[in-house]
Amino acid sequence: MFKYLKQLTSLVAMVAVLFTFTTETMAAKKSKTLKNTQKKGFVRCGVSQGLPGFSNADAAGNWTGVDVDVCRAVAAAVLGDANKVKFTPLSAKERFTALTSNEIDILSRNTTWTLSRDADIGLTFVGVNFYDGQGFMVRKNSGISSVNDFKNGVSACTNLGTTTELNMRDFFNSKGISYEPVTFEKADEVVAAYDAGRCDTYTTDKSGLAAQRIKLSSPDDHMVLPETISKEPLGPVVRQGDSVWEDIVRWSLNTMIEAEEYGVTSANADSMKTSDNPAVKRLVGAEGELGAALGLDNDWSLRIIKQVGNYGESYKRNIADTGILPDRGPNQLWTKGGILYVPPAR
Amino acid sequence: MENRGITFGYGFLSQESSFDVQFSLIEYDGSHSYFRAYLVGLLNTILVSVIGIIFATIIGVVVGIARLSNNYLIERSAAVYVEFFRNIPLLLQIFFWYFAALRALPLPQDTEPMFGVFFLTIKGFFVPAFVWNNLDIFVYSIIAAIISIFFIRIYAKKKQENEGIQTPVLSISIGLLIILPLLSFLFGGVDAKVEVPVIKQLSQSGFTYEGGIKLPPELISLALALSLYTATFIAECVRAGVQGVSKGQKEAAASIGLTPNQVLKLVVMPQALRIIIPPTTNQYLNLTKNSSLAAAIAYPDLVLVFAGTALMQTGRAIEIVSITMLTYLSLSISISIFMNWYNKKIAIKEK
Repeated sequence: MFKYLKQLTSLVAMVAVLFTFTTETMAAKKSKTLKNTQKKGFVRCGVSQGLPGFSNADAAGNWTGVDVDVCRAVAAAVLGDANKVKFTPLSAKERFTALTSNEIDILSRNTTWTLSRDADIGLTFVGVNFYDGQGFMVRKNSGISSVNDFKNGVSACTNLGTTTELNMRDFFNSKGISYEPVTFEKADEVVAAYDAGRCDTYTTDKSGLAAQRIKLSSPDDHMVLPETISKEPLGPVVRQGDSVWEDIVRWSLNTMIEAEEYGVTSANADSMKTSDNPAVKRLVGAEGELGAALGLDNDWSLRIIKQVGNYGESYKRNIADTGILPDRGPNQLWTKGGILYVPPAR
Repeated sequence: MENRGITFGYGFLSQESSFDVQFSLIEYDGSHSYFRAYLVGLLNTILVSVIGIIFATIIGVVVGIARLSNNYLIERSAAVYVEFFRNIPLLLQIFFWYFAALRALPLPQDTEPMFGVFFLTIKGFFVPAFVWNNLDIFVYSIIAAIISIFFIRIYAKKKQENEGIQTPVLSISIGLLIILPLLSFLFGGVDAKVEVPVIKQLSQSGFTYEGGIKLPPELISLALALSLYTATFIAECVRAGVQGVSKGQKEAAASIGLTPNQVLKLVVMPQALRIIIPPTTNQYLNLTKNSSLAAAIAYPDLVLVFAGTALMQTGRAIEIVSITMLTYLSLSISISIFMNWYNKKIAIKEK
């Protein structure tokens, strides 16, 4: 009997220790990445080397794009200013190493979410900010109007080391077509080689094709084939092992999408504080204590919407108005026939 | 690494690679392993290095000797070539040759065949291939010819040492190299058919060639850029080597009645080679290492295939970069071991 009592006390002591430990970590909610970011005063964001609509720098060095806006949203939430972002342009090859080796804290670079990337190499995908799929661009005068018109010996230009290379093989194999892959490290060289006639087709994500087409010498002579041969959910990535930071980035993106759903825009965000809808009030921080759960103040989401805008505004500004993809396709809210559907902020 | 959730291991090398490569010397497609993809990249690196070294040496020797010419025009144009090509960064030259080639070369349907069978197009240089019957017998005949040449040389050397009579080794060697393979055609049942590339329509405006051997434009422009660049340095080594042999040696050789050809072959060159070989070894090493710039223009070398695509598909940066570094190290060491052996062979043998 006495023996059991002794065991029981040690058990109680262990539980007590464990409990204090947990409450302590809950209190010290701040993650290492969050702490470093607040100390530095800027968010370190990895972007592409120039993909119009997603992440592209103008002559003055100002970055714009839907991928860029994710980082700006995090900066607005964490630091209070959407402009406090340091952008690092990365090639497809460098991007994951830059993130895992702590050079950047968010990778927002049209990166496809796959199982092996998520699970195997120390990365965590936090969501999808653009639903894309791989397509093919061909010359109009080739008479090719469908992917079924490709013949044995077709040469395809593409970027090195992306899911594109794998999809291309799966696709041509399933059709039983022999092909010649010509892979370049930088997108500009792919465009130049395709433009010169080295390749019969240029294949990459359809958004990329639409964006790169305007760089060709005569864009009107080329067209993107209607078929989509793969699923390419593109989204921001963080390092594995900092779940608070992961949550901050995830909910910054979700806030933008949910704001569009409830009609909250950068223009009317302040007035929405007095909305009748509790979901809207929660979204702009007028109700609930959602910020505290992320280790932030309660105005974090309001700042995102006011400074960056909702997802629809970001899409319109960067992708629709620039003529890249005026039609939102699957990147429309679920309530309007698209597949953008985010968990509720509550 | 564990903190960052990165696992370490070389097990991925046996996994299916699932990506294709445009140009390979061994049979390869995405169903093969990452290790085989590594071999594909390695062989492509060796291929472009060997082609580059051969052409750089030929151009380098010709230009180096041209710089010593008494003809003002030849000497000056060689000097201009050397100064121009060695002072422009290699990467720029690679881009220049690649994109210049892509701009200048005709589309497959517009090309004029050379000698009716060679087709130089934007999609590559298509050359005829041989389709062999009994290829092994043909190879044996060449090996037999090489072995007999080897013995004839030993015999000729002995004969000259003992009796002072020279044997025309060169003409006999060439004769053997022609006659033995020819016999294999006539009596050995060897048969080779020439397969000429044929144009093939892919779409209303797209064409390519089928059959024969295809050399991709990436290989051609890379080999061209590497050899033209490295040849300038080799030319300077050759010039320094020949100028390093003192004038008295030539005069002494001439005074004992050697012909100018013999002076060059027996007196000047053996001494010049001792000066030329060590710096030229460096240039061969540089060329091999510089071939890694291939990734910029889509030539599937080791860096592009293995340290590029394979690295990104697996995410195993540390493993792949370490393997790649070790590979270049071994390549360079092999070249320098071979060149050091050759250098020792031609060095002064003190008795």
